[in-house]
Amino acid sequence: MSSRTRYLIPLFVFLIMAGFLLKGLFMDPKFIPSVLIDKPAPEFDLPLLDKPDQTLAKADLKGKVWMLNVWASWCVACRAEHQVLNKLARMNVVDIYGLNYKDKRGDALNWLRNLGNPYVATIVDSSGRTGIDFGVYGVPESFIIDAEGVIRYKHTGPVNYEDIQAKILPVLNELKGATK
Amino acid sequence: MIPEIGHFALILALCLAIAQAVFPLAGSLNNTPSWVALARPLAWGQALFLGIAIGALTYSFLVNDFSVSYVAYNSNTRLPIVYKISAVWGAHEGSLLLWAFFLGAWGAAIAIFSRHLAREVVGRVLAVMGMINIGFLLFMLITSNPFERMFPIPAEGRDLNPLLQDPGLALHPPTLYLGYVGFSVAFGFAIAALIGGRLDASWARWSRPWTTVAWVWLTLGITIGSWWAYYELGWGGWWFWDPVENASFMPWLAGTALMHSLAVTEKRGAFRSWTVMLALLAFSLSLLGTFLVRSGVLTSVHAFAADPARGLFILIFLLVVVGGSLALYAWRAPTIFGGGRFDLISRESFLLGNNLLLTVLTFLILFGTLAPLIYDAMNWGKISVGFPWFNRMFLMVTPFLAILLGFGPLMHWKRTDGAALMRKLRIAAIVSIVIGLIGFWPAISNGSLLVPLGLFLAAWLVTSLVVSIRDRLKHKRGLGGFLSDFGSSGGRSYYGMVLGHLGVAMFILGATMVSNHGIEKDVRMAPGESAEISGYRFVFDGVTRTPGPNFIANRGKFRVFRGDDEITILEPEKRTYLVQQMPMTEAAIDWGLTRDLYVSLGEDLGGGDWSMRLYYKPFVRWIWLGGLFMAFGGILAVTDPRYRSLKRKKKQEAPAGAAAPASLATENN
Amino acid sequence: MKILKTLVFLGMLLATGMAGATALSSYTFDSKEEEQAFRDFTAELRCLVCQNQSLAESDADLADDLRREVYTMWRQGRPQEEIIDFLVSRYGDFVLYDPPLKPSTYILWFGPFLLFVAGVVVLMRTLKRKNEDREVELTEEDKQRLSELLQDANENQDSKI
Repeated sequence: MSSRTRYLIPLFVFLIMAGFLLKGLFMDPKFIPSVLIDKPAPEFDLPLLDKPDQTLAKADLKGKVWMLNVWASWCVACRAEHQVLNKLARMNVVDIYGLNYKDKRGDALNWLRNLGNPYVATIVDSSGRTGIDFGVYGVPESFIIDAEGVIRYKHTGPVNYEDIQAKILPVLNELKGATK
Repeated sequence: MIPEIGHFALILALCLAIAQAVFPLAGSLNNTPSWVALARPLAWGQALFLGIAIGALTYSFLVNDFSVSYVAYNSNTRLPIVYKISAVWGAHEGSLLLWAFFLGAWGAAIAIFSRHLAREVVGRVLAVMGMINIGFLLFMLITSNPFERMFPIPAEGRDLNPLLQDPGLALHPPTLYLGYVGFSVAFGFAIAALIGGRLDASWARWSRPWTTVAWVWLTLGITIGSWWAYYELGWGGWWFWDPVENASFMPWLAGTALMHSLAVTEKRGAFRSWTVMLALLAFSLSLLGTFLVRSGVLTSVHAFAADPARGLFILIFLLVVVGGSLALYAWRAPTIFGGGRFDLISRESFLLGNNLLLTVLTFLILFGTLAPLIYDAMNWGKISVGFPWFNRMFLMVTPFLAILLGFGPLMHWKRTDGAALMRKLRIAAIVSIVIGLIGFWPAISNGSLLVPLGLFLAAWLVTSLVVSIRDRLKHKRGLGGFLSDFGSSGGRSYYGMVLGHLGVAMFILGATMVSNHGIEKDVRMAPGESAEISGYRFVFDGVTRTPGPNFIANRGKFRVFRGDDEITILEPEKRTYLVQQMPMTEAAIDWGLTRDLYVSLGEDLGGGDWSMRLYYKPFVRWIWLGGLFMAFGGILAVTDPRYRSLKRKKKQEAPAGAAAPASLATENN
Repeated sequence: MKILKTLVFLGMLLATGMAGATALSSYTFDSKEEEQAFRDFTAELRCLVCQNQSLAESDADLADDLRREVYTMWRQGRPQEEIIDFLVSRYGDFVLYDPPLKPSTYILWFGPFLLFVAGVVVLMRTLKRKNEDREVELTEEDKQRLSELLQDANENQDSKI
């Protein structure tokens, strides 16, 4: 290395670092991507919200593409998301199942009565244990699970209309194409 | 009206900063002395207007002018007056104003204290500082104006963040910023020297006291910050390697290297391009810290609210300042040669070793801090780099540093007789190795190899300093001999160095002891129950409700016994601040030189039961005492008569151009 | 929006409960050594929803749940690796303050050693060069310049730092 280029090293190191910093401005350091993508969804067998004596297990949903939405009545962001989910349910593109996360049963039932019920069924995770298995770190979160029971997509935070068009529908189309 | 005056003062300061950046520099390049002469008055004016701005903001806080949105969001009528003042720099906008004000103040200080320096040099230094302040003032006026009004005017303010309502955090930002901003002086001197093409001993000599002063402030700022985190956050930790902490530690390390490197450049004319690099690095890392803390690119315990627009502005600013200075460096530095030869065993080579270790450590911390960001950007996965990684890297480098540090003060420039050195240090080595070996004793080591290592290093630093002092005073006798040496030219520099290095030893001892012998215990207690840690029995007497000025506290009472003697009463609080409804813990600490007893109150578990955390923290004070010793050592060094003598002699001489024989480069042992 | 932007220092964090930090008071241990070991272990696990806090400190709800899971496994005598696997398989390496050693983290773990070695090499080369250098004293021009810049009188200097 010539002695002149040696003095350029600090500048190059800095420019590389600045590149990373620039990229960093457009990333969210708190977003944690799921490690469960393309892995089998965790097993569960949980009571239903409206019929606590019955349970729903992962095995019951084998053979169809479905969406799991983790929600709670104490979650502020879930309220905004709920209307979006109602609309998604009316589109009849995917069966949505709710996972009522660390909630009070009465509050949850009221919520569905007042805001509408987009869910085919809602299961209850009062301890948050199933949430941990799904790697949930903040409600709301949504998962799309394929016919084999494999998680294909995870959405962290409230789903909005744009997300449905840009992310969720393409995933669903791809999965449906694959099963046909 | 007053806020508008403040706002207007900011705009005027910006205009002056632009003039200060342009005229003195242009004048020095095209030989127009009248332009160069503008530097000093412009620096004065800038400091004045920034002072008016900060005064206006302070006034707005004092009179509860909630039409100013910064005041409305960070104050409240019931906020105690002290914290109304500290709230001025309690949040993003105001802390930027403080930054800019300090930059102006440093500029004014240069204008005052550099009368004996060539005008063109002063002009260039102030021009560089003016350029930096253009960036900060633009940033403030465009994205973060502290004087912005809001409508409708709220009847009451949202109060200062309760965490900041504390003397430690009132002082932490100003001291820290004085340090960060202070490095801009060394930076300015370096740029001026690169532009002028002359990097000589005089340059080093002038940069040195300024660098030391900045370093002292930064040392104090970090020490206060660590102490604050210890007692205020309620988890008893004093360093977590959080990005914000690293952001202050990196410039400190680079500044430490710079201080030592400047000594070599001044005395021996060596390491010139390296010293310039460090001067650029120390300030660049200060700016980078600002970016990391305010842009939200990293998750941190105590960052400012994230805002990508601000981040983008600072990043562009970084590109201009840091990128520009490094480009200038790449262009001009290859022409810098010089410096005398020196042996492998010489003070130069040991200082170079110390410099490289400090720089490696700086870059390790930079790498670790940015690694999560780099991994994310490269899609290599989301990782956390926390204290286990940093501790390992820190421990990889620092023992070498500490060992070198013991030798340094006993070395001579150019050449040291290795055998004589070994003879002098033989006893110090034996004593410290013995102390290290004692550290293996299970009751002391507590199963960790770090205890013997830490004890050995601390002992080595102390004993080698003792040897160095004896060596220095070998021809002088008694207290009188010491005092005459202390008062001699260079005496305070030397004893400042002794104090600073002693501070390092104290820090090592404190960190070693508290990390390996600290005890913490979470307990649940009902009134009348007691818990014991390390021979101290804490009797819980229950919790009472006590109102404060702007909070309500649940105050617990603990009587602490050692054996049957009651040694103290501790009253930790759990406060709820009324406006922000934030729960805050106020830990209660019985402090001592050999141990702290620390109680923080947790949750009300009902029925009079509370959860709480008890700590026994041996030698934890030594960590901050070490910091204070280092800072005091720096103060001693800058008050050395050899810096004062410059001024005194100047007065005796004819005002200009009296060519005196240059002695700076001559060796004198 | 302005409010959000202007709020500083820990806003989020306080909402998730920074104060308190008495996270382990409801758990029982056989000995204080075990309690300390558990604390040390959870101190290296990152709370996901907090700004930058460990499971040993955080009072956040999720941290509480995860801590309970970890505690249960710990008391069952499961090895630490298994507990770590449990968390990593759900949340990824992000939960570990001590990043694992694997191909993707080789840079993180070995990069510093390279830097360290590079530093030593630079040191050795410089020392060798300096040792071989001829003595270069300041030229007359240098000295003249020096005195102009400083306008400084002759003073007795000391070699101490």
